[in-house]
Amino acid sequence: MLDSKIPSGSLEQKWAEYKGHAKLVNPANKRKLEVIVVGTGLAGASAAASLGELGYQVKAYCFQDSPRRAHSIAAQGGINAAKNYQNDGDSVFRLFYDTVKGGDYRARESNVHRLAEVSVNIIDQCVAQGVPFARDYGGMLNNRSFGGTQVKRTFYAAGQTGQQLLIGAYQALERQVALGNVKMYTRHEMLELVIVDGKARGIICRNLVSGELEKHFGHAVLLCTGGYGNVFYLSTNAMGSNATAAWKAHKKGAFFGNPCFTQIHPTCIPVSGDHQSKLTLMSESLRNDGRIWVPKQKGDKRKANDIPEEERDYYLERRYPAFGNLVPRDVASRAAKERCDAGYGVGTTGQAVYLDFKYNLINKYGRAEANKHGIENPDTETLIRLGKEVVKEEYGNLFDMYEKITGENPYEVPMRIYPAVHYTMGGLWVDYELMTNVKGLYCLGEANFSDHGANRLGASALMQGLADGYFVIPYTIGNYLADDIATKPIPADHPAFVEAENAVAGRISTLMNIKGTQTVESFHKRLGKIMWEKCGMARNEQGLKEAITEIQQLKKEFWSDLKIPGAINEMNPELDKAGRVADFFELGELMCRDALNRKESCGGHFREESQTEEGEAKRDDANFSYVAAWEFKGESNWELHKEELIFEVAKPTQRSYK
Amino acid sequence: MEQYTMNLTLKVWRQKNGNEPGRFDTYPVKNISSEMSFLEMIDVLNEEIIREGKDPIAFDHDCREGICGMCSMYIDGRPHGPWEKNTVCQLHMRAYKDGDTIVIEPWRANAFPVIKDLMVDRSSFDRIIQAGGYISVNTGSPVDANAIPVQKDMADAAFAAAACIGCGACVAACKNSSAMLFLSAKVTHLGLLPQGHPERRSRALNMVAQMDKEGFGACTNTGACEAVCPKGISIENIARLNREYIMAGLVTE
Repeated sequence: MLDSKIPSGSLEQKWAEYKGHAKLVNPANKRKLEVIVVGTGLAGASAAASLGELGYQVKAYCFQDSPRRAHSIAAQGGINAAKNYQNDGDSVFRLFYDTVKGGDYRARESNVHRLAEVSVNIIDQCVAQGVPFARDYGGMLNNRSFGGTQVKRTFYAAGQTGQQLLIGAYQALERQVALGNVKMYTRHEMLELVIVDGKARGIICRNLVSGELEKHFGHAVLLCTGGYGNVFYLSTNAMGSNATAAWKAHKKGAFFGNPCFTQIHPTCIPVSGDHQSKLTLMSESLRNDGRIWVPKQKGDKRKANDIPEEERDYYLERRYPAFGNLVPRDVASRAAKERCDAGYGVGTTGQAVYLDFKYNLINKYGRAEANKHGIENPDTETLIRLGKEVVKEEYGNLFDMYEKITGENPYEVPMRIYPAVHYTMGGLWVDYELMTNVKGLYCLGEANFSDHGANRLGASALMQGLADGYFVIPYTIGNYLADDIATKPIPADHPAFVEAENAVAGRISTLMNIKGTQTVESFHKRLGKIMWEKCGMARNEQGLKEAITEIQQLKKEFWSDLKIPGAINEMNPELDKAGRVADFFELGELMCRDALNRKESCGGHFREESQTEEGEAKRDDANFSYVAAWEFKGESNWELHKEELIFEVAKPTQRSYK
Repeated sequence: MEQYTMNLTLKVWRQKNGNEPGRFDTYPVKNISSEMSFLEMIDVLNEEIIREGKDPIAFDHDCREGICGMCSMYIDGRPHGPWEKNTVCQLHMRAYKDGDTIVIEPWRANAFPVIKDLMVDRSSFDRIIQAGGYISVNTGSPVDANAIPVQKDMADAAFAAAACIGCGACVAACKNSSAMLFLSAKVTHLGLLPQGHPERRSRALNMVAQMDKEGFGACTNTGACEAVCPKGISIENIARLNREYIMAGLVTE
C-alpha cells in the first residue's frame, strides 16, 4: 500500500543509481511546466530558486512580507556536512550513522544516506553564493561540535547560521524573480489544495492584504511550510509558523507521518509569566562551552556564583561521561526535567537549570589567549577578560539576546535555561522522491517526516532543508513531470478549483459568523497547555486519553464561542490566526492518538510506561519499527498505515551516550 | 532583576489602509509587567480591543527573536524604541516606568507605503536585491568550499555587513528616507568576498539605480541610520558603496 520507492542496490549506490535512471525533461518542455512552491524558508527558497534556474515556471508563496523572513532565519548554531575538513574521522557514513542513531532508529535509511551524501555539496554551493561562514586565520572554513556526535562537522556563521543560509537562498530566489523564472506572492497563505483526476494541480490562497481568495494552477505542488511546533502555543517557532497548508493537504488525502515526534530543545530561556507569547532558543552550540548544572542541595536558594564548585551537580557529565554536555537534545531535555521535577531546579519558578560558561571562558579560551599573547601566570581577572573576547566572537549575539530578555549578563552569571518545543520530526509522509501519497504533491524540509526519525540532531535541520531544495527535488520532480509535458494548464474555472474555493469561503464565513466571546489567542493558549502537559516531554496512556477528550471539548467550544473582529474582505490577522488554530486542534488530537498508539519510548517520544531501569527511553523494535502514516477519514477519525523500517546497515541497538 | 508592574498611556497611529488618512488614538494600558516584551504589551492591549469588539492594532512581527526583520515600530521618535542595537520585539518593558506615555508610529517613507496601522509595504527592498544583490551562481557543482581561501578579517567584515535583517529602520530614521545603509551592507557583504568580485561593478550601479527608482532619498551622511540599526551595520559601508559606485562609473573594460 505504502510504496516508499527506495531504489534497489547497496545503500551507497542508491542515489547515484536513481539519478542515473530518473526521467529528464528537456529545456523547451520545462518552460511549459508550472510548479507551485509554498513556503520560502530554506527548503522552499532553495527549491524555487533551483527549479527556476532549470527553466520551470515557478510560483512561490509566503505569508510574510518577504521571502527573507521565513523562520529558517532564526536557526542559530550551524549546519552539518561530512566534509572531514578537521581530519577527525568524519565521513558520509559517520554522518549517516549518527543521524540514524540520533533519530533512535525511526528514520528511513536510504533517505538519511542521501542526505549525508549531498551535505558536502550544500557547503560548496553556499560558499559560492557568498555565505560568510566562520573561517580560521588561514582562510579555511571553521567547524564546531554539536550534540550526539564526536566529530566537528558543523559549519557556522556566529550564532546566525540560519540567517546567512536563508539570505543566500533568498538572493538566489530574487535573482530568479528578476529573470522572470519565479513569480513571488508575498503575504499570501495557502488555504486549500486542489486535486484534479487524482493529481495535485493547484492551490487556493488568501491574499492577506486584500482578503481576496485566489486560484493558482501548477503541474506540481511543493509544500515547504515548516513544522507544527506552535500546536503547543509556546515554542521557539515564529508567531506565524503554522501547519495549515500541510493540514489541508492531509485532509485531501496526504498521509501524516509520525505526528507525535516532537523535539523539545534543552536550552531555551525559561517562561517568565502568563503574558509569554513565545520562547527563545539559546543555541545548542553553547553546549560546546557551557556546562550544565544544578545545586547538589535541594531547593538551594543561593545565587549561582555563591555556590561553590563542590556543591554543584554537573548532572550530564555525571550521567553521560562519554558525551557529557553534548548528549542529544532529547536526552538533555529529559535530564533537565528529571532534576527540576526532583526539586533541584533553580530560579524563581524552580523550572530552570544553569548553563555556565565561566569554566571554559577561563580555562579554555582565557588560557589559550594568554599563551598567544605570551602572558605568563595570568591571574583570573586577566583570563576572564581575554576569554570574554573570544566568547563574544563565537556567541556574542546569543549573549546579547539573553541579556535583553532576562536583564541578566551571562558573561557574569550563568544562564538559566529550560527545555521548550522547538522542532517537529513528524510531517507529511513522503517517499524517496519526496512525493506524498498524493501524486504531484511534494513535501520538503521540516514539513515532511523523513530524515530525523524520533529525534533530530543539532545542525541537521538546515542541512535537510537545503538538501531537499537544492539537490533532491530538482532531480526527483523531473521523474514525475516528464510524463506531464502534454498537460495544458488547467483554467481557474475548472470545477475542482471552484469547489475548493467555495469550501475555503465557506470555512471562513463559518468562522466569522460564530460571533462568540473568546479570542483566538485564549483558545490557542488553552490548547497549548493541554499539549504541553499531556503530550510533551513525558507521555502516558491515561494522560493522552484525557488530552484527546479535552481537545475535543475545547474544539467544540472554539467553534461555538470564538470572537473574530473585522470583516472577511480586508486585512484581518485575527481571522488568519483563527484558521491556523482551528487546524492545530485537529493536528493536536492526531498527535495524541499517535503517541497513544506508539507504546514505546524512542527519541523525543517518551512513554513513561516504557523506560529502562536507569530512566532512559526504551524502544520496542519488535512491535514499533515502523513509520505511522495516518490517513484522514473524517472528524476525529484516522486510519493507520505502516511503513516498515528496514535497517540493512545501521543495525538498531539501545542508544547509549554513556 | 527586580520585577514591577506599571500603567502606561499609548498613543498609537491608526490607519485603515493606504488610501485613508490616519490619526493617533490613545489607549491606557494597566498592570504591565516589566518582564514583558514590548510586543507582548501590544498583545495584551489587542486582546482587550478585540473583547470590546473593535479592530485590533495591525503590526508586522514574526520571529520575536530579533532576526527576521519583520517588526517595525517607530517609538517615541526612534525606530525600534529606546534600546541600542535592538529590534522592537526584543525591547522589554523594564525600559519604561509607571506613568510613561509612549507614542507608536509606523515607518514613514514614500518607498514604504502604509498598508494598515503600523504595517508598511517594504517590497521595495526585495526589488533592490533583485537588481543585483546576489552572486550569479546556479545550483550545481561549484568548486570545493575550501578551494578559495578567504582572509579571516575579510570574511568577518563580510559577515558583519551580511547581518543586516532588512527591517528598514535605517530608512525610517533618515531625514531623506535613504536606503543607502541597507544597500551598502549588501554591496559590502558580496564585494568583500572573492566569489562576489566578478559582478561588483554592475551590482553597485544597478542596485543604486533601483533604489532611486523606488523613491528612496539620497544620503547626506547624517549617520542616523547607523545609530538606530539593530544589527550595528556601520556607516563605513556607505563609504565603500560610494567608492564602488564611482569606480564602476569611471572604469570601462
